[in-house]
Amino acid sequence: MITDEQVEILLGDLLELYGYDFTGYSKASIKRRILRLYSLDKQVSFAEFRYRINNDNFYFKRFVEQITVNVTEMFRDPGFFKTLRDVVLPKLGTYPFIRIWLAGCSTGEEAYSISIILKELNLLHKSLIYATDLNPVVLEKAAQSMFAMSQMKQYSENYILSGGTKDFSSYYTANYSLAKFSDELKSKIIFSTHNLVSDHSFNEFQLILCRNVLIYFDRDLQHKVLNLFDESLEGFGYLALGSKETLDFSPLSKNYKKIPVEKIWRKVS
Amino acid sequence: MGKCDALIIGGSAGSLDVLLKVLPVLDHTLSFPIIIVVHRKHGADSLLPELLSGRTGLIVKEIDEKEPILAGTIYIAPSDYHTLIEKDKSFSLDYSEKINYSRPAIDATFQTAAEVYRTKLVCLLLSGSNSDGVNGLISVKAWGGITAIQDPETAQVSYMPQQASIHAKIDYTLRIEDMAEFINLLS
Repeated sequence: MITDEQVEILLGDLLELYGYDFTGYSKASIKRRILRLYSLDKQVSFAEFRYRINNDNFYFKRFVEQITVNVTEMFRDPGFFKTLRDVVLPKLGTYPFIRIWLAGCSTGEEAYSISIILKELNLLHKSLIYATDLNPVVLEKAAQSMFAMSQMKQYSENYILSGGTKDFSSYYTANYSLAKFSDELKSKIIFSTHNLVSDHSFNEFQLILCRNVLIYFDRDLQHKVLNLFDESLEGFGYLALGSKETLDFSPLSKNYKKIPVEKIWRKVS
Repeated sequence: MGKCDALIIGGSAGSLDVLLKVLPVLDHTLSFPIIIVVHRKHGADSLLPELLSGRTGLIVKEIDEKEPILAGTIYIAPSDYHTLIEKDKSFSLDYSEKINYSRPAIDATFQTAAEVYRTKLVCLLLSGSNSDGVNGLISVKAWGGITAIQDPETAQVSYMPQQASIHAKIDYTLRIEDMAEFINLLS
């Protein structure tokens, strides 16, 4: 067992020793993640657990990777990707150049999904996707553009439901248990570390996607991060959030107009 | 019966029929919230809140993240997220790995609620075909809460309540027709 006080001690260490600030994360979720790792690694005492995180750089990386949620899939919520394909990206297609920020990209499944749609809309050549995550380990994986073959049936179904009409398997080559996606899809994605809690705006974008990241933040941190997105979004740009996330409680909402059905807002002033 | 600050009902295959029978007979002035976590297919827009709100005078709504938990309201866990209970008695949602092949996992809600509501928590596990919820009931007991299951003999799929009765200490085993009265008396 790990107590709430011990969770606070670990989060304090991370901030002090490594500069990672998890203090604005939702407590129930982060505590569950820490407990999960504690039992997964068969830790026997809090003191040893803490010592290892603070002194073993390899284990520290594992800790950060495991306490953040990195579950994602290609074309998750097909209706959302259909709206990107049918409404949002064609609008942005009238621009000479499209800059997209995918914040909290984890292992990259959504980045490749967007790249596929851009390619099919004939916009990939003039687009750039900045895919960021706080965690360098998942970014390394994302850059390999390889995903489990066992997922392809599900992803192919999602792709078709999202309006895709090509043969999904034409985008990857099977390599034993892995599907390697084509280099062309990766050519317009820049994977880079960025911490939403502590890092600043680094560019201006016409589309920012951050789905199922804000649910892990408390309200104060959500406001802070939404402000960061607002600073980083051009006028008439789009902000896309997860299916259970909203801009409604933010003072920024008055400057945005939600498009129907999906959790996508357009910056109108 | 002790005072209840929250009732959580978990269920899987065969649990919807039970809810449709029990909800209409509940008092409209319950002094605690009811949180319903049932396994269902991940669809674009679930009809479950609408379906259930037609059966009761209580407010029925799908859970929004960071929403404060209020008495007299029936909250439905959204599909494809785990629903967690925070110390300040609000919800948070979590898209981490499935647990017991399930998202939402009943265990995740029972376990996080157990620590928050402690002796004032009542958890009821209904019909279902896997063992999700069983570990949750063990936690509820460990924190001093009250555990209840649907009588496996009345369950369309008895596996889930049966597993609970084998592995966790169960305070009440309820037939469908006795559930509403049990819940009303918690007020």
